[in-house]
Amino acid sequence: MTSSPRVVERDTKTHAAPSRQLGRLDAVGYLICLGGIVRRELLRFFNQKERFFSALVRPLVWLFIFAAGFRNTLGVSIEPPYQTYVLYEVYVVPGLAVMIQLFNGMQSSLSMVYDREVGSMKVLLTSPYPRWMLLLAKLIAGVSVSIVQAYAFLAVAYFWETDIPTLGYLTALPAFLASGLMLGAIGLFLSSLVRQLENFASVMNFVIFPMFFASSALYPLWRIRESSETLYWICELNPFTHAVQLVRFALYEQLEPVSCAVVVGTTLAFFAMAVIAYDPGRGLMARRGGPAGEAS
Amino acid sequence: MTDDAPALLVANVGHRFGARAALDDVSMNVERGRFTALLGPNGAGKTTLFSVITRLYNNQSGRVAIFGHGLDREPSRALARLGVVFQARTLDTDLTVEQNLLYHASLHGIPRKAGKARIGELLDRVGLADRRGDKVRTLSGGQSRRIEIARSLVHRPDLLLLDEPTVGLDLESRADIVAIVRALVREEGLSVLWATHIFEEIRPEDDAVVLHLGRIVARGTAGTIAQGTESLEEAFRRLVAERGKRAA
Repeated sequence: MTSSPRVVERDTKTHAAPSRQLGRLDAVGYLICLGGIVRRELLRFFNQKERFFSALVRPLVWLFIFAAGFRNTLGVSIEPPYQTYVLYEVYVVPGLAVMIQLFNGMQSSLSMVYDREVGSMKVLLTSPYPRWMLLLAKLIAGVSVSIVQAYAFLAVAYFWETDIPTLGYLTALPAFLASGLMLGAIGLFLSSLVRQLENFASVMNFVIFPMFFASSALYPLWRIRESSETLYWICELNPFTHAVQLVRFALYEQLEPVSCAVVVGTTLAFFAMAVIAYDPGRGLMARRGGPAGEAS
Repeated sequence: MTDDAPALLVANVGHRFGARAALDDVSMNVERGRFTALLGPNGAGKTTLFSVITRLYNNQSGRVAIFGHGLDREPSRALARLGVVFQARTLDTDLTVEQNLLYHASLHGIPRKAGKARIGELLDRVGLADRRGDKVRTLSGGQSRRIEIARSLVHRPDLLLLDEPTVGLDLESRADIVAIVRALVREEGLSVLWATHIFEEIRPEDDAVVLHLGRIVARGTAGTIAQGTESLEEAFRRLVAERGKRAA
């Protein structure tokens, strides 16, 4: 039961009152804005329990079934960061954790396309903060969700003799942050290209699967080199490989500088492209046609 | 910014989608503390104009200023004084009313505590204080609209833009929404631009602008536009028909 709108008779001599906004446009205001965007993303994530479980089930199926099946077929020899011969399950864990972030980055991109269709993107973009700040906040929000998912996976994988040193869980956090930002930035850029939700299937086919399979997530690159030099170089140039390697080394308390540089560089490049794409003056938004009936 | 700048200034704004001009040399003002109706049939360019004013589209030509702050030079200051209710529903249906409004408060840099207090006031004003903790999906169409109006006011804007806010609502909900917005103009001196094609929502003393095929075809108070005809609706039909003939 709801009451009818309240109509209050009050002093009416307030016309042309000076600005009386509650918000602030400084750095503190922006941090409040960032906090609000991250909170909304986490609320949406925890509200969608099936999304949480499907994000978790996918890598666990790979770990428990695929990795167990291939354990004897795909022996992995000693290579950094591992100091001894490792089981296939141990090798595959970092790749699967970053796979969660890959799917999450694309999921965020999907949700941005959805937001644009249902209009909540408009609400975000009418915030008074500069557009790049809003996109950065959106990116950080997506990464926060992906880190929660990645650690939930590592928590379950812990009971599967994954052999990760305790401190490694901590040293991996910045690596997860970096790889999440990179994959989120790629997703953000893609979201500006994908006009309709239905086109998202092609993102799966042309982005997620090639990135995942042509990488060091499931097999070490020297194995790939044995079969094809070209394929090896494709994997070497794939930024996802470097995201996986960065996390893999960080989980064993080491820094892989080349991967770190590739991940940071790729993040900056894709974020810059996303900012241009979402700029109302220069970007793709304005050229993508107007509202129904008003554009040809 | 000047103290006498209108709440909204739109000067010679044009916008093209490829070869087609969705807006052609559009100029109009919303004066401070006035209720201004933007009338136009479907496809007239109302939503494109709203998208330009809210900076979703760049204004390709001409100038838009909100209380003297040009969208090109001072977009943040301009957007901070603007509240918008879009034509499409834009609430997050999985979140509660309060979560939706707090999210909007944060988008404007309003601290949580101040946001909560403001939300209390606004829910009271739109008559939905008892639905604060409910998920938006449980609300009716009219209630969602009232929440969207409350949301657009969270940051205390001075200019409110509403794009066909009553479309698809029953008579009672429509009347509620019109009453809420008119009370805001009367009591708080809010300036309002109200896009519609429902003539009963407009009073003779309201300012009105008629947009058709991307051009302004009449402006003045609704009463003066309707002069010499039986009603504003008839005047509107004539204007649209004349313009259609000229365009053909």
